[in-house]
Amino acid sequence: MLVPRKFARDASGMVGLVIVLTTAVVAVVAPRLAPHPLDAYESHPLQRLQAPSQAFPFGTDNLGRDVLSRVILGSRAALTVALLVVAGAMLIGVPLGLVGGYYRGWFSELIMRVTDVFLAVPQLILALALAQLLGPSLRNAMLALTLTYWPFFTRIVYAETRRIRVSVFVEALEGLNAGGFRIMFAHILLNAAPPIIVRATIGMGFTILSAAVLGFLGMGATPPDPEWGLAISESRQYLPEAWWFSTFPGIAIFLVVFGFNLLGDGLRDVVDPRLRRSR
Amino acid sequence: MAEPLLRVDGLRISIPTDDGVAQILDHVDLVIPPGRIVGVVGESGCGKSTLVRAVLGILPRFARVEAGRIAFAGENLLALSSGEMTRRIRGREIGFIPQDPYLALNPVFTVGTQLLEIMRWHAPANGQGGRRARRSAHRAHLVELLRAVQLPDPEAALQRYPHEFSGGQRQRLLIAGALACRPRLIVADEPTSALDVTTQLQILRLLRDLVVRFDVSMLFVTHDFGVVAQLCDDVMVMYAGQSVEAGPTAAILGAPRHPYTQMLIACHPDRARDLSGIPGTVPSPLAPPSGCRFHPRCPSATTECMVARPGAVRVVDHTVACVLYGEGRPEPSRVG
Amino acid sequence: MLRFIVRRVLLVLPVLFGLLVLTFILVRIVPNDPSAALAGQNATPQQIAEIRTKYGFDRPLIVQFLIYLRQVVQADLGTSIQSGRPVVQDILQRLPATLELTFAALVLGAGFGIPLGVLAAVRHNTVVDHALRFFTVGGVAIASFWFAIMLQLLFSMQFDVLPLRGRLGTAIDPPAKLTGLYLLDSLVTGRLDAFRDALRHLALPAVTLCLGAMATITRFTRSGVLETLQKEYVLYEIAAGYPRWLLIAVYVLRNSLVATITQIGLLFGALLAGAVVVESIYDWPGIGSYAITAIFSSDYKAILAVTLLVGVVYSMVNILVDLVHGLVDPRVAADF
Repeated sequence: MLVPRKFARDASGMVGLVIVLTTAVVAVVAPRLAPHPLDAYESHPLQRLQAPSQAFPFGTDNLGRDVLSRVILGSRAALTVALLVVAGAMLIGVPLGLVGGYYRGWFSELIMRVTDVFLAVPQLILALALAQLLGPSLRNAMLALTLTYWPFFTRIVYAETRRIRVSVFVEALEGLNAGGFRIMFAHILLNAAPPIIVRATIGMGFTILSAAVLGFLGMGATPPDPEWGLAISESRQYLPEAWWFSTFPGIAIFLVVFGFNLLGDGLRDVVDPRLRRSR
Repeated sequence: MAEPLLRVDGLRISIPTDDGVAQILDHVDLVIPPGRIVGVVGESGCGKSTLVRAVLGILPRFARVEAGRIAFAGENLLALSSGEMTRRIRGREIGFIPQDPYLALNPVFTVGTQLLEIMRWHAPANGQGGRRARRSAHRAHLVELLRAVQLPDPEAALQRYPHEFSGGQRQRLLIAGALACRPRLIVADEPTSALDVTTQLQILRLLRDLVVRFDVSMLFVTHDFGVVAQLCDDVMVMYAGQSVEAGPTAAILGAPRHPYTQMLIACHPDRARDLSGIPGTVPSPLAPPSGCRFHPRCPSATTECMVARPGAVRVVDHTVACVLYGEGRPEPSRVG
Repeated sequence: MLRFIVRRVLLVLPVLFGLLVLTFILVRIVPNDPSAALAGQNATPQQIAEIRTKYGFDRPLIVQFLIYLRQVVQADLGTSIQSGRPVVQDILQRLPATLELTFAALVLGAGFGIPLGVLAAVRHNTVVDHALRFFTVGGVAIASFWFAIMLQLLFSMQFDVLPLRGRLGTAIDPPAKLTGLYLLDSLVTGRLDAFRDALRHLALPAVTLCLGAMATITRFTRSGVLETLQKEYVLYEIAAGYPRWLLIAVYVLRNSLVATITQIGLLFGALLAGAVVVESIYDWPGIGSYAITAIFSSDYKAILAVTLLVGVVYSMVNILVDLVHGLVDPRVAADF
């Protein structure tokens, strides 16, 4: 069975977009959507660890809270963290990459060496160390993730700036005396935007995963936050009986990250047609 | 007349693309008698490469053969499975000389490895003696072939990598590869386009000698009528996926009938008096003209041309597909 | 070639130095008094002050850094708080476990990923291709800690076919320590019971760790093979009659593997990060779980040492990858 290439490529990107938008909507209306919105913070000991049923489609957790509601509510934390971290990383990383790529000299070299150092250690390990040192809280987790993610943007922007800088039209603009800063930000940024956008989209998914790991290890969200990673960590001791407690938050993580990945892939195909169509 | 070695009848092929269905070949007829070199000439985009691929059985996966037959020694190649084509036909009965010698050879393997691979699977004497005996027999045979194509120092050549050879030498290697298993037909896809004129001449001369010496027929695809004049016994002229004229080269050169052929010969650099060329552009296979596809650019076009593709008609010593030459029509004056 | 290697290694040195600085800054400038942590919960202010002087925390930061540098050069990475032994000893003892796990994950990932990638490329745009694409995008979207728990749930708790945690069952003695890799050591010393048990314990952690790697390898192999398949020489090889399976297995794969090898090198970093999580879930006695406990107990010397080690290993792997790249494609080395 053969499927035309173009349709499939567009379709998967669209599926990703649908997932992401749905998640966003769910996150925004979460309190209205969740059947037991107060379950984020209340406990009902009489209902602990009940299997999925009509009243509780995803079952209840160790404190009798509705797992479905907590999963829905958890989407807020997930998206908020992802947005803030990626935005923060972009705010730090993009200007650094621009400066590093545009100017020559010791300052640029320094920026790139620092970036290389950060990239020499897998991001998660650095973030773990940092998060623990700062103290376990959601805010510190976000800070740790931001401070370890910006180099990814810097590297991309640096490469793009370098590439565009040698192109003729930038020199022409400089000849017109448009001012160094203006050239940098306006023109180069516009041209470097596509790979940044792709990276940011995929970075959202990546951050959700990392935040979940931090939550799982106890270095991110703290109880009673309905964060997905934290929920899975809490659920471990009730296995194998209360399988629903572990399973559903994990599926939620998967779906959302999957959506962002699909979207990022679709964007990459759309926005960078010079790349081979063999993606 | 002897039974033709290769006979293509009314071949019609389409390929779906992102922008719609492309009718690459509309009606192609071709006859290759045994022992003759037949040229297929036309501008880029006329479907010559698709014709080559159809004969070899390596059309793109989505291509559809909508009509027609390709008979090789009586057998319909289109009816054969891919496995049979690989085992019996390609490399064995039909050899191939590709267009670009710079890209055709795999850069990370030695020349010897690649050529020996062809022999390993298709050499006619396979099955006799042990594997090692076979290999050395193949090597010896290849060295002889390399000598026949006038490649210097054949034994050492087998150990070298493709990038160590010049374009002309690589083309000779590829010719040797095509001849390796004594095929009956060699399909050459513009093998001299990527070479400079001097080398081109040498290769053409070589091909002619080899055809005689090894008793093969050849299907020679080109865009250059001059090459056709030098090398080919017969020629078929193609335009936008349709056969328009076919017959002995001398006959067509002497008295080209189809307006397209006339203009093609007239604006060849060796003959043209100015740079005018043929007005208009080659139509896209996504939206081809109806009937005879040349009619939008043809100075002699009539409304009849748009209706249906004219069938091939015999004129004296060759055939032409043009409404100007229907039965009982007077000979029209030349164009251009 | 030697120049290439030397230059490449030299490029890494400033990065490693920067890593030392970074790790030092991480532990010192962050608001967390190491002397208080070292002293323990119920230390008196005087005890804390004693520790401060003993470890030199009261000296200026620069001096502390220089002392640290000297210690690193002398391979003295301090004493671990949790174990009381030199950190270097702890790391060396735990290294083989992590190596065994990472290597197993890599073998699984490449062993399945490469053939799957080839399959997807060869069956481009069919259902198989799209299913595999789903896998490549989805495989990296699964949280590894959740995947680990699901695997444990299914194979250990529900069906009891594989052990829940650890590297070896309590009833089995570990094999004689030749390399520290249980699988290798037990095979070499003929301890088949230990081999079987170690394999059973390795299964779930390795599968958990290899998922992301497999998805990525599949993806890059697919695009590498697809790109190679577009090349002219593949077309020629088909036309010359190479059997398809041979073409893919030998002639295409060799050309496409360069990109895949590069990716595997980059994957190593992700594998190391993943190992941290996987080891702590399965109680695997490697460097990953060591790092986690070090982080939780503010064992800052251990944290520093592990981060440094990871950085060094990762940089070396990248140098290795560049080297392979330079070997396979001489143009890369020439550019340097």
